Amino acid sequence: MTTVVKPPVRAARQAGPVRAEKRTGMGFRHRLRRDWPLLLMVLPVIVLLGLFHYFPTLGNVIAFQDYSPYAGIRGSDFIGFANFSRMFSEPAFWKAVANTLSITAVQLVFFFPIPIGLALLLNSLLSSKLRNLIQGVVYLPHFFSWVLVVSLFQQMIGGAGLLAQTLRDHGHQAVDLMTKPDTFILLVTAQSVWKDAGWGMIVFLAALSTINPALYEAAAADGANRWRRLWHITLPGLRPVIVLLLILRLGDALTVGFEQFILQRSAVGGNAAEVLDTYVYYQGLLVGDFGYGAAAGLFKGVVGLVLVLLANRFAHLVGEQGVYSRS
Amino acid sequence: MSTRAVWEEEPTVAGRLGKPVVLTLIALAVAFPLYVVVVTSLSSTKAVTRAGGLVVVPRELTVAAYVQLLSGGVVTRALLISVLITAIGTAFSLGVTVLAAYGLSRPGSLFHRPLLFVVLLTFLFGPGIIPSYLLVNSLGLIDHYASLILPAAVSAFNLIVMRSFFMGIPAELIDSGRIDGAGEFAILRRIVLPLSKAVVAVVGLFYAVGYWNAFFNALLYINDNNKWPLQMVLRTYIVQQQPLPTGAGGVVTGAGLGLAPAPGLAIKMAIVVIAIVPVLLVYPFIQRHFTKGVIIGAVKG
Repeated sequence: MTTVVKPPVRAARQAGPVRAEKRTGMGFRHRLRRDWPLLLMVLPVIVLLGLFHYFPTLGNVIAFQDYSPYAGIRGSDFIGFANFSRMFSEPAFWKAVANTLSITAVQLVFFFPIPIGLALLLNSLLSSKLRNLIQGVVYLPHFFSWVLVVSLFQQMIGGAGLLAQTLRDHGHQAVDLMTKPDTFILLVTAQSVWKDAGWGMIVFLAALSTINPALYEAAAADGANRWRRLWHITLPGLRPVIVLLLILRLGDALTVGFEQFILQRSAVGGNAAEVLDTYVYYQGLLVGDFGYGAAAGLFKGVVGLVLVLLANRFAHLVGEQGVYSRS
Repeated sequence: MSTRAVWEEEPTVAGRLGKPVVLTLIALAVAFPLYVVVVTSLSSTKAVTRAGGLVVVPRELTVAAYVQLLSGGVVTRALLISVLITAIGTAFSLGVTVLAAYGLSRPGSLFHRPLLFVVLLTFLFGPGIIPSYLLVNSLGLIDHYASLILPAAVSAFNLIVMRSFFMGIPAELIDSGRIDGAGEFAILRRIVLPLSKAVVAVVGLFYAVGYWNAFFNALLYINDNNKWPLQMVLRTYIVQQQPLPTGAGGVVTGAGLGLAPAPGLAIKMAIVVIAIVPVLLVYPFIQRHFTKGVIIGAVKG
C-alpha cells in the first residue's frame, strides 16, 4: 500500500457563490430542496459502507463474548477480557506478532529502497520510448493476483519448478525454495518486490518530475558532478516522499499482506508463515473460535489504528504532510 | 527521444554498459516466467517429457490443453463465473462510485462534510475478518455470488480519485447546464460524464482487475466448489497441487479435432495463462491512462 490519499483541497470555484449563500443564511429546508438529488446519489455508497464496513465493525463486540453461532450476538455471554488474556498467554499469538514484525523489518530493508533506485535509474534514461517500455513491463505484475504470483514462483523455484529441474539435469541436488521455513521471509520479500516494486516507483517518479531542471543546470555550472547533483538536488527533492512513505509503512507495521500468507502457510508451516491476519483467520474461522479470533482481529485493528495515527502525527511533527491533515 | 543537456557530462563507460544490463535483467525477471508458462501450456506430451517438466525451448506446439479446458468442466465453469462476477461487479461498483463521486463533488452542499467523512474514515480501519464473515453469514449470502460483489463493492480510493477529477471540471460548465434547466442527474449524464471518460475508464479497469483477482472473498464465503471463481481453481490445483478432478479436462479431449490429449503440466499451465490473459488485455488501456496522469494527479492530491 504505497498510494497516498489526501482529502482533496476544496475547489476554489466554490468559494464565491457558496460562501455568499451561507452568509445570507440559507435555511435547512432551502438547502434540502436544492441538494436532495446530490444526497440521493451518495445514498447507495453510504448504505453499502454502512452495511459492510461500519455495521460489522460493531460486530467486534463478540471479542468480549463467549460467542456461539447458535446463540448469536444477543444470546452469547459477555466474558469481559477473557479472550484477550488467553490470547496474551498464548505463545502461538506472540509467534504471529513476531513473524509479522520481522517481515515488516525485512521488507523495510530489502523492499523499500528498490522503487527509489528503480525510479532514479528510469529517470536517468534519455530515451522516453525505452522509459515507457520499461515502465510498462515493471508495472504489470502489480495487476496480477497473489494466487498467480505464488503460482509463477512455484513454477520457477518450487520443488517441481524450473530451477529444481535444471539443477537435476546437471546432476545437482534439487532445491525447493517454496517450502523452506528458514528462507520464507526472504521468499515473501522477493515475491513482494517482483509484484509491487515497479508500482511503488510511480510515487517517486512523480516526485522526480517536480524537481526544477534549472537546479541541475545551475549546479552543473557551479561544477557539481553527477553524484553531487544526485546528493544535493535529487535526494533532497525526494526526501518528503521518502519520509512520508517510510512513516506510513511503519504505521502499517502489522499489515504484511494477507493472501500471500494464506496461500503459502500450509506449504511452509505455521511456525514461519503465521502472521497476525492468518492467525485471526485460522483461530476464528477454521478452529471455529469466533470470539477469540475476533479478539485477535480487534487487537490488530486497534494497535494498527494507533500506529497509523502516531505515524501521521509524527509526519506532521517533522514538517511533512501526512495521509490526512486538518483542513 | 530527447538528447542530453549541454551541461551534462559524457556518460561513463560503466553507466553506458551497466544500465542496459540492469534493465534487461529487470525486464527478463518479469517476462521470463510468463514466457515459460505460455510455452509449456502449448507443449505436447512428448515435448514436456523431453524437457523433463517445464518447457523453455518450444517444440511441437499444440492447443490441446486449451481445447480440453474450454470444452466444459471445472475450468470452463470457473472462467464463466469469474467473467460474470467481473462484468456485473464492475458495472455495479462503477455506477455507485460515479453517483457518489458526483454527489460529493460540491463543497457546501447539504451534509457534504459528514458524508465525505464517512467515506474517508474507511481508510483508517477495516471491520475485521470474523465480524465480516458473521455478517455475510447472517445475511444468508454464504455460497451466494452476491458475497463476491457487495462486501467489496465500494473502494474509497477509487471514489476519491473520481471525485477529485469531477471537482476539476470548470464550474461554468455546470452552471450553464443549470441555467438551461437541467437537474443534477442530467448535468452528470450530459456534461460531467462526457468530460470524464478517461477517469471513468481507469476506475472501471481498477475495479475490474480487483474483481478478477479477488480470491480471499471466495475463500471465505464460497464453500461449494461448483461455484468457485477461477482464482480459487488456480489456488487449489496449482498452488496446493491437488489433482485435477476427472472431467476437469472437459468432456471433449480434443481427440475429435485430431489432437492428442494434452499432458497434465500443460493443462495446469494453461489454467495459469487463462487467469493472466484478461489482465494482459486490459493492461494497455490502464497504462495509457495512468501515464497521462489521472492516477498520479490523484496521488499528488
